[in-house]
Amino acid sequence: MTTNDNNIALESTVEYSKKASQATAKRLFRFFIRRLILLMITIVIGVYITILVANMGGYVDTILKSAIREEVTMEVAAMSAKTQIPEVERRELIESLIQDRERIAGLDKPFITRSFTHLKNALTLNFGRARFMISDHGSRYVRNIILERLPATLLLMGTSQLLLFAVSLFLALIVSRHYGSFWDKLIVALSPTSSIPPWFYGIFLILFFAAYLKILPFGGMVDAPPPPTKIGYFLSVLKHMILPAFSLFISSFMINTYSWRTFFLIYSSEDYVDMAKAKGLTSRAIERRYILRPTLPNIITSFALMLVGIWTGATLTETVFLWPGLGTIIYEAVSKYDTAVIVGTTIIQAYLLGITVFLLDFLYAIVDPRVKLGGGK
Amino acid sequence: MKRLKESLRDVARYPSAIIGMIIVLALILFSFYTMWKIPYKEAIKMWRASESVVYKNPRNARPTWVNLFRKDKLPESVDVVAGEDEEFTKVSEPRKSGGNSIEFVYTFDFNYNELPQDFFIYFTSNYQSKNPFVSMTLLTPSGENIKIADTGISRNQNYRFEQDENLRTRLKRLHRGNEPSTAMQGIFSKLGSDPFEIDKGTYQLTIQATTFEEDSDVNAELIMHGKVFGFFGTDHLRRDLKVAMMWGAPIALAFGLTAALGTAIITMFISAIGTWFGGWLDELIQRITEVNMVIPYFAVLIMVGTFYSRSIWTLLLVTIILNMFSGSIKSQRAIFLQVKESTYIEAAIAYGASDMRIVTRYMIPRVIPMIIPGLVSAVPSYVFLEASLALLGLGDPSIPTWGKVINDARTFGAQYQGMYYWILEPAAFLMITGFGFALLGFALDRIFNPRLRGM
Repeated sequence: MTTNDNNIALESTVEYSKKASQATAKRLFRFFIRRLILLMITIVIGVYITILVANMGGYVDTILKSAIREEVTMEVAAMSAKTQIPEVERRELIESLIQDRERIAGLDKPFITRSFTHLKNALTLNFGRARFMISDHGSRYVRNIILERLPATLLLMGTSQLLLFAVSLFLALIVSRHYGSFWDKLIVALSPTSSIPPWFYGIFLILFFAAYLKILPFGGMVDAPPPPTKIGYFLSVLKHMILPAFSLFISSFMINTYSWRTFFLIYSSEDYVDMAKAKGLTSRAIERRYILRPTLPNIITSFALMLVGIWTGATLTETVFLWPGLGTIIYEAVSKYDTAVIVGTTIIQAYLLGITVFLLDFLYAIVDPRVKLGGGK
Repeated sequence: MKRLKESLRDVARYPSAIIGMIIVLALILFSFYTMWKIPYKEAIKMWRASESVVYKNPRNARPTWVNLFRKDKLPESVDVVAGEDEEFTKVSEPRKSGGNSIEFVYTFDFNYNELPQDFFIYFTSNYQSKNPFVSMTLLTPSGENIKIADTGISRNQNYRFEQDENLRTRLKRLHRGNEPSTAMQGIFSKLGSDPFEIDKGTYQLTIQATTFEEDSDVNAELIMHGKVFGFFGTDHLRRDLKVAMMWGAPIALAFGLTAALGTAIITMFISAIGTWFGGWLDELIQRITEVNMVIPYFAVLIMVGTFYSRSIWTLLLVTIILNMFSGSIKSQRAIFLQVKESTYIEAAIAYGASDMRIVTRYMIPRVIPMIIPGLVSAVPSYVFLEASLALLGLGDPSIPTWGKVINDARTFGAQYQGMYYWILEPAAFLMITGFGFALLGFALDRIFNPRLRGM
């Protein structure tokens, strides 16, 4: 074979792979869009069901009605501040205005129509006003109360879950390489500890580190008063985050390591791994290409399920540690019976779950060769 | 039968399975014992903490066994009835002028380094028109005679040392103006000691009762609220934690097992029916599963708990409904799709079996061994779910559960005040339950799941 021939062959390969990657990108994009649309429909239905459950006792109606009443009363008060209107007349004006507004809001319509009004409000994050709770900036809009707390939740969850993912994957790899060793057996033996939820570990950690040893704070997010410098603030947040993040971490750590180690073991007993060993590849190469690669979809699925489940645990972990996130809002709203906030947080959580599912679907599509190359169904 | 024996032998090979099984069985036995020992109605009554039920219990008392680990022993609670207990004697003599003269003597050792919470004497007496009169004195180990009180008593009279202002002033005088902060401190301290020092030794409380009618009689019950009480201690409402600790078990098991079993069985039927009939039904079930994944199920439970009902059974029902279309439908569907193609199903169709017969007799039995491990491992999550709701203050108001005790303890600052027993006891019960089912579930998973065998 001449060099020329070789070059042509090489070029055609490059050409081919370019085409293939273009096709892959297109397919991925199409998959992405289809999933996005499906998921949006799913979220809409999910939120709608949540609204239906919430409005079974007419609670959402009441939230809307009281919002209208407050608005109208304030408007009328502003209007009649300078002019003297008799009390009776003013009350009549308020009532007639309220009736008009309620009709515009569709509150006199049958239940089905009303439920769609509520759905529209919920989807646009228009949750009305809280009855008792006030955001730290003084706003009484439920949306502001919730959005203000969201970063704290994301910070805590993000840190603990990324740590969890990285550490347990790494450990699972090591342990699976030494199947049957002491550490391996320890992981298997300790995996039932994950049946205990994170907030429960939290209580113990607080008792030990905060109440008994007195080295870490009982809860909260920063010292009071907050440190003036940025570095001091950061360190203070870090110090407060140790216990909650650790309890979120520890409660899923064992089961994660266990199940991933089991995946690795199952996949490393496949024939193609034996074949690779026979070829004399280094164990690192075998691990990366023949064990880790095919198990990735499984790993991501189990991680997705765990993430979805962890939102539950996070609510209580935050409550236990007084971490000013979404969970604490729910706790406060329940104890103050602030219906608007309860409905609002539930819907926000539906959104967050939807986004989680979508992101992981997307990741799945990237790593699963069936979606990427074969085009699937 | 043979298969059952074989699987039992399989289970016996895993020590963790045996431990798990023992814990689960012990919990079940404990639950039955509880139901027999404290009937449900009585438990509810005890947990409602009316004064007539809890008057004997001190507030926030630690369990008695903490004294085993302490150098400074905490005073134990005492409840003695005159005439019935050896150390509390009752001698009655008729008086010449009519009526009786009754002398109660209570002798007790006090060797603790801390003061009791309170001292009560419950008098019961019968009389027509003239009520009896009692005078009480206390002889301390150093030989001092402290006059406690002289008072007339009604038919049901209770005398509390801490609430007697006269006693306070008298004690202040006895301590030469150095005012004790509580009556207990005044009584159990050496006279003239500064700072107050506990006078250890034998005390003798003498109650001299005089009645003025022929058949008139007086009885006394003496109660000392110590700082330890019973095996489990008490809470802020003076309720014996024993009730909650014991009744927590049957409630947790009932909730956990019903939720796990109900969910697993319904899920199994849904996925079997969906796979068998296929078409739009299957499609619909799959879509519902996806929607279900987006519904924040814990938040919805909270919503139901706050808006509609806190009854544990309502929450159980909602839990099952929200978990019916869980992710396990997808994995079971994969198995059912394989089963659907097998030849014995074909044979069943050939002999004219109905759809329902095929689903219930041919398809479902195939997955039962596969769902059992998951079912057992799911029990703890439901047990903790109940505790989680209780922690948010959404526990069933009338039923004592472990989660509610933890919630009370946290609300009333147990962790800041060093009342660790209040949190640790229910926590230990919850943990044992969780571990028991998880151990069993994991072992079963390895037995029933051929891919995991030996791993």
